Amino acid sequence: MKNAVGREIPDFLLTNGKEVYQGKNYMDGKYIQKASPRTRRCEAPQESKIVASLVDALKACGAKSGMTFSFHHHLRDGDFVVNMVMKAAIEELGLDNLTIAASSLGSAHDPIADYIEQGKVVGIQTSGIRGRMGEVVSAGKLPTPAIIRSHGGRPRAIEGGEVHIDISFIAAPTSDCVGNCRGIGGKSDCGSMGYAMTDAKYADHVVVVTDCLVDFPNMPASVEAIDVDAVVVVDSIGNPKKIASAAARISQNPRDLMMAENVAKVIASTPYFKEGFSFQTGVGGPSLAANLFLEQYMDERNIKMGWAIGGICGPMVELLKKGKVGKVIDVQDFDLDAVRSINQTPNHFEMSASQYANPANKGAFVNKLDFVVLAALEIDTGFNVNVLTGSDGVLRGAPGGHPDTAAGSKVCIIVTPLVRGRMATVCEHVVTVTTPGDCVDVLVTDYGIAVNPLRPDLIECLDKAGIPHVSIEELKDKAYSLVGTPDDLQWEDKVVAVLEARDGTILDVVRKIKPYQLDG
Amino acid sequence: MEVKKPAVAGTLESSDAQVMIEPGDGKIDLSLQSSVMNQYGRQIKATILETLARLEVTSAKLTVVDKGALDCTLKARVECAVFRSCDASDANIPWGGAVR
Repeated sequence: MKNAVGREIPDFLLTNGKEVYQGKNYMDGKYIQKASPRTRRCEAPQESKIVASLVDALKACGAKSGMTFSFHHHLRDGDFVVNMVMKAAIEELGLDNLTIAASSLGSAHDPIADYIEQGKVVGIQTSGIRGRMGEVVSAGKLPTPAIIRSHGGRPRAIEGGEVHIDISFIAAPTSDCVGNCRGIGGKSDCGSMGYAMTDAKYADHVVVVTDCLVDFPNMPASVEAIDVDAVVVVDSIGNPKKIASAAARISQNPRDLMMAENVAKVIASTPYFKEGFSFQTGVGGPSLAANLFLEQYMDERNIKMGWAIGGICGPMVELLKKGKVGKVIDVQDFDLDAVRSINQTPNHFEMSASQYANPANKGAFVNKLDFVVLAALEIDTGFNVNVLTGSDGVLRGAPGGHPDTAAGSKVCIIVTPLVRGRMATVCEHVVTVTTPGDCVDVLVTDYGIAVNPLRPDLIECLDKAGIPHVSIEELKDKAYSLVGTPDDLQWEDKVVAVLEARDGTILDVVRKIKPYQLDG
Repeated sequence: MEVKKPAVAGTLESSDAQVMIEPGDGKIDLSLQSSVMNQYGRQIKATILETLARLEVTSAKLTVVDKGALDCTLKARVECAVFRSCDASDANIPWGGAVR
């Protein structure tokens, strides 16, 4: 069946009430039955929940074949925990038929690709998928399609019981002996632990894996001991160098700066740019640089930002410290400046992924967002964005909070160069729709600005401010005149990944790519 | 033109292409790798073959490693490799003629 973004969704996926994507806010007002975990009572006082090894922790939680294990990705590409746990479960305990439900997976998890090829890991549910795992899943090595969700879609699916987590593994920079965890104070600090919070509340069992045991009580705890079954102390949970970069630097690239300046201009031209406005930006070159130019406009008009959310990095913390933003609410940290600031700098708070972006709760932060500035791998003439699949059709990205912030915000600005090498960023049809075009408002490229025709109010704002803009078709034509019109990718029928919209409907599927034949 | 000896032009940088050419055995033997193969492989091959035809090269073995080069870059790299392969790259390049 064709969905609202024109993608054909195969019928076999539309069972158990699954629907195709119908458009923004389709689920508004409907009810969701929340799932509840079956958890063990720890009534008799326990001195400590520390067990000797991951294997002991797995046994203590009744680990068996066929289970779903959950992970969170605050340690990013420095994470050791996913590989460590899966190795213990598969190689030491001999389990198979396992499903990994992670908030994201990266190239740090290349070894899991082997377990997929061996048929030990049979299910992947994640936001991000890259590296070798992206390749083996794209090659159709999983018996069932991978499920890709946004950062808000994931807590929705967990809370609604679409994903039942048997054991959740918490990668904890610090923990006490009973499992109160924090993201700071250890040797592998990650700051916010927002993506782990829903997991800990909804999993049947929770295992904390830490490399820094601290005195009880470890407060304020991001994941609380009341939800934790066992604590395992290991040598290292991750490589600190890859967990958080030293400092997110603002780009010096003149093309990035030009686009960033235009983003700020667009923001400043709208009525939402007023005292107390709210803002989120990605950490890509031009998105991050937009902070700089926005600050100039804020100074000029003597207004302050009310609050900012998101993945947080240094430049936003700087604004907070300078008093130019009232509050920063943080689901993940990207650099050491942000890691060191959370819960330390006044008004820098932690939040859960559900609080951040879940469309099925009663008011996530994204719903109050005025502006979000995001990047894209591709954007098509319907303003649909792809941040998941490469131009070769292989999984190598992550929707992350992109669809959530785009849908919730009043103004969603995509900033991207028109072409990258020979790849046209602005194109006729994106390979995979990860953020639907009805959520995207403005596109800023190095060759011009386009406004979604669904937003005549914004077109008027730009016109009044004298900001030139063109149709997105013109930008696409310009891109194709530079790099040539790309051939369509050739797919097989087999579906290798299902892309859920944030509300749980099906937005798109990724099929197996046909081996390319030059003379075919 | 006749390819007399092996020659190379271009780099493996992003947005460039490296063209290696050797004397052939009476036909064009093209081996192509590209970072944008699925979307542009057909066009890259056509551009390379057109450029060789324009230079009247009928016998050559080519290995092209493309890193997302635009057509103009591909043409320039193929032309340069051909001229180098017959020691004609130092002087009297037919600008505006066979080289456009």
